Amino acid sequence: MGWNLVRVWTLLVYVFMFAPVAVVLLLSFNASQFGSFPMTGFSFRWFVELAENEAILRAFRTSIVLGLLTALISTTLGVLASLALVRYRVPGANMISTILIAPILVPEVVLAVGLLLFLNFLGIPKSFPLLLAGHVIFTLPFVVLVVQARLVGIRRDVEEAALSLGASPVQTFFEITLPLLMPAVLAGGLFAFTISFDDITGTLFWKPGGVETVPTQIFAMLRNSISPEINALGTVMIVMTVGLPLLGAAIARRMAAGRGA
Amino acid sequence: MSAVTLTDIVKRFGSFTAVHRMSLEIPEGSFVTLLGPSGCGKTTTLRMVAGLLDPTEGDISIKGRRVNDLPIHKRNLGLVFQNYALFPHKTVADNIAFGLKYRGVPRDEAAKRVADALELVQLPHVAERYPKQLSGGQQQRIALARAIVIEPDVLLLDEPLSALDANLREDMRVELKRIQHRIGVTTLFVTHDQSEALAMSDRIVVMSAGRVEQTGPPEEVYNTPASEFVARFLGASNIIDARAGGGSGDGIALDADGFGRVVVPLARAPQLSASGPARLVIRAEKLSVRAAGTTAGDGAIGVPARIEAVDYQGQAARYFLRLGDLQLQAINMIDEHPFNEGDEVSVHLRPRDCTALPGAPA
Repeated sequence: MGWNLVRVWTLLVYVFMFAPVAVVLLLSFNASQFGSFPMTGFSFRWFVELAENEAILRAFRTSIVLGLLTALISTTLGVLASLALVRYRVPGANMISTILIAPILVPEVVLAVGLLLFLNFLGIPKSFPLLLAGHVIFTLPFVVLVVQARLVGIRRDVEEAALSLGASPVQTFFEITLPLLMPAVLAGGLFAFTISFDDITGTLFWKPGGVETVPTQIFAMLRNSISPEINALGTVMIVMTVGLPLLGAAIARRMAAGRGA
Repeated sequence: MSAVTLTDIVKRFGSFTAVHRMSLEIPEGSFVTLLGPSGCGKTTTLRMVAGLLDPTEGDISIKGRRVNDLPIHKRNLGLVFQNYALFPHKTVADNIAFGLKYRGVPRDEAAKRVADALELVQLPHVAERYPKQLSGGQQQRIALARAIVIEPDVLLLDEPLSALDANLREDMRVELKRIQHRIGVTTLFVTHDQSEALAMSDRIVVMSAGRVEQTGPPEEVYNTPASEFVARFLGASNIIDARAGGGSGDGIALDADGFGRVVVPLARAPQLSASGPARLVIRAEKLSVRAAGTTAGDGAIGVPARIEAVDYQGQAARYFLRLGDLQLQAINMIDEHPFNEGDEVSVHLRPRDCTALPGAPA
């Protein structure tokens, strides 16, 4: 009896969490003009319209370029920062570590306004590179956390063994440390990409005029009317942000299995 | 020419001195062991030879060449760690070939040398496996193969047997010594295990608190400890307060608590002056326990004692003895039956088994 209640309750929680997502997914295949129930038939027409909408395609390209660049820069900086903090004795390492993690703790709006005011103070106009810089700032903590945790687990003596066998420190990094770090680097990169791809708060503040990412584009479209295209776009977003990490995890598992781990 | 020479090496970490002014020569092809408890500076010394730490003062030479400023990857050393430190993402063959790659050895020759190395460590069939698929003992053999395949000038072993379980450790000990002998590589071995040190070394360097306590062949270090620390660290020893009372032919006469006059051969009392406080060291296995009233032969001194406790070890027994104010231990082979707790016995001590050290009684 008690357990049945718990089961029902759990089910309700999940329904509450995922029903809105399910509605978006369902309605994106609705043939009707209006993005609401009842459904009048099954159709891909909104996906087709989506693919023909110049503004949305442009937003998609912007989001993907932004996400990839954010992931690339964040993982590079994150790996370097983690190496410095874990492998070398840096004065004030704790302080630096806290500051690197801080963007997670500060509300995003505060961070967004702060960066904007700072740029204003410096007299720098908004631009794509600055939007990118913003995204790097708040994806970096995730990369640093994941990579640091992994790096702590890589024994120093494995690197020392490589050095003793004649590999230079740089060769040791690329032959030993980086391959062992790869799962964390990939995970960090995926985090960075999906967070950047999803972000709206910071992006709204930082984007220069005329540049739209997918979330800001949806936001702009919602202001006029609830078009069924938005549902279709929502479905594409969900597939990307859920599917990519799953794909990443599958690849990581396969890589691990390959070496008999 | 010595393969490795340390000249007045000092290593400080901040205000802590890990190694005090140490000098050491390791002859070509020999097996030298740094032995001591943890924190005695033995691993620090090995890491300085390896180039993983820089000495604060002093010079390190390998094959006559000063290497202080030479980074580790240019020193041509074989390094074996306690935890194997194999590359988990590479196969056994790639692990062993790693060092050859940076020495520009052609591919087919490298493959041959890898196969030879696997043969040498008696694991010819594991080349394509990953380290995690091997047992601890096998992993350590691969680590050894990886270190020697590059034909290093010096092989550095940092407690390589400590992670293995007891039986395997003894097998690996024999195996390691066999391989070292076969290829004749100069070896510096670090351990806290006295039986490893005694079984494997040509020379033992006993260290304590960053200082060298004694250097010598295993027999010498074991039989004639140069300090109370060495006597206590290697095996079980009895240390008895005594007073030196002048020379007596080829020996020094001591008046030892409990035993009276003991004449220790000069060779076993090199640091002792003719008079003053001294300490008499006798190994537990050299002190023999006999039935009460047995006459002491062979120049031995017999005194009565009582057995306070017995630690039965199968073929031998360790007796804890009470002799007036003295507490002694003796490890004797068991002849039919061990003595029992509370037995009155006779303890026999042969002066030529004793070592005399100078010392102020505490």
